[in-house]
Amino acid sequence: MSAPSTGGASRDGYGAALLDIASDPRVVVLEADLGKSTKSCLFREEYPERTISLGIAEQNMMLVAAGLASCGKVPFASTFAIFSERAFEQVRNGIARPGLTVHICGSHGGIHTGTDGSSAQSIEDLALYRTIPGMTVMHPCDDLSARHLTAALLTHDSPSYTRTARNKTPRMYDDETVNSLEIGKGSVLRSGSNVAIIANGVMVHKAMSAAEELSTRGIDATVVDMHTLKPLDTELLDRLAIECSGIVTVEDHSVIAGLGSSVAEHLSQTNPTKIKMLGVQDHFGESGGSEELLEKVGLTREAIIAASESLV
Amino acid sequence: MSAEPIPLNELNERAKRCRRSIVDMVHKAGAGHPGGSLSAIDLLVGLYSTQMSVSPDDANNADRDRFVMSKGHASPAVYSILHEMGFLAKSDLDGFRTMGSVCQGHVDMKWTNGVDFSAGSLGMGLSFGLGCAFAARLNEQDFHTWVMIGDGETQEGQIWEAFMAASYHDIQNLHVIVDRNRIQNDDFVDVQMEIGDIASKISSFGWSVKEIDGHDMEHVVDALSWAANTPGPNAIVAHTVKGKGVSFMEDNPSFHGKAPTDEELSQALEELA
Repeated sequence: MSAPSTGGASRDGYGAALLDIASDPRVVVLEADLGKSTKSCLFREEYPERTISLGIAEQNMMLVAAGLASCGKVPFASTFAIFSERAFEQVRNGIARPGLTVHICGSHGGIHTGTDGSSAQSIEDLALYRTIPGMTVMHPCDDLSARHLTAALLTHDSPSYTRTARNKTPRMYDDETVNSLEIGKGSVLRSGSNVAIIANGVMVHKAMSAAEELSTRGIDATVVDMHTLKPLDTELLDRLAIECSGIVTVEDHSVIAGLGSSVAEHLSQTNPTKIKMLGVQDHFGESGGSEELLEKVGLTREAIIAASESLV
Repeated sequence: MSAEPIPLNELNERAKRCRRSIVDMVHKAGAGHPGGSLSAIDLLVGLYSTQMSVSPDDANNADRDRFVMSKGHASPAVYSILHEMGFLAKSDLDGFRTMGSVCQGHVDMKWTNGVDFSAGSLGMGLSFGLGCAFAARLNEQDFHTWVMIGDGETQEGQIWEAFMAASYHDIQNLHVIVDRNRIQNDDFVDVQMEIGDIASKISSFGWSVKEIDGHDMEHVVDALSWAANTPGPNAIVAHTVKGKGVSFMEDNPSFHGKAPTDEELSQALEELA
């Protein structure tokens, strides 16, 4: 693995991916006013005839996408993660229930979103969508992986929700390594047998950084970029549960029903394992810088190190 | 679409057969929504008999016209007309609301041949129909999309998001039929939250609108033809009577979602003979 470099935010990867798959005439992009933020604006610039602006009306957007999908189109609909939640029941009843292949992208997810404050910081989106039968749920960690995984949705035959982040994070992949990513398969960034740190989104690079420090203290950690929450890579989880003495999960999301819960739900039934869950405890965020906020809620490199040490 | 126009009396006979199917299947299931099915059925008979280009032998033809039943609780009306059109067998209707039946409680595209939308949650169908109409434009297809909504359903904000978007995007071949039967789940619409002059409201969103008596088959057929041939999105506000055709169900809010008893079924079938 090459040293992390600074790329774009994962939302930039989403925008780039839409251009990558634009040659397929089935691709249609839907916006609810926030194209400049979600980065669907990049597609709009090149393909205005296949970009549908639906105004600040997310509920309508989701069902327009469903109608398009029912007629053979492959719609990509984006807004802020939090505003997609406004149309949760539309996604549940109008898209997922009839099994229509609509791809939803919620940008600006998590408290990492920062200064906009708690109204914009979705910390429950991944939990919501993973409860819907048949829905694929992803949260990539950098721009390159978001680009690769979004493009992979073109041949993915089920509805999906992908959370992207507003702010830049260090790249965990390069142009070559990113090609090994597959929807539904956890990506092992580092192998070690003492403890497994499973993270997603903006927390993956902190997990890697924590693992490097742990190695200087004699603890070998595996780090997994669990970019797909659903379907969850249970095969990998079972292997890690057997190999390692414990698991730390790290997510910029509520600890209720997110990544940590997903891991625990599975392993409690197959390979009961000690798990420490780092995430946003049961409270809302506030305005502040991304790093300040992560520190306030305990989503830091130091917290990951401490949790890992407590398990070995 | 038939080559020869079907005489009005035949359409009225077809509607009567559908009404019998509706009360019968709701009675058999011991549950369902007869009132809003009976108010809608003349419109559906007119639509499927004179406008819809669909065939049970080629139900998923990409160029077929679409019908989106947004008020999905009126599923008995949809199943009865699909039976008339050859999409469903009598035995399918008899299974209404039972486990494994293709006739689910609310219309569902995943379960039923000839159903284009999975309904059951009000306010979503017009947006879905708009998506179909967008697809037709992008694919350069000339199929029509017909959407039926209830009047109570227009209390849902999403309906107006869709009305606004359709005219802004100058959508063609998208038609709404409002079943203005004046009754919703709990009571009369004007008791729950009156929606007022719905035709003016839709018109103010940039749509062409026509108001008709939704039980006068001649008016129904003429209005459907007007809609099919009028550019831009357009709507028919059909004034109807909830429970139409069965005396004790007419204008009776309690038959929004209640099955008739054995005695009530006998009386209903007698009145619909």
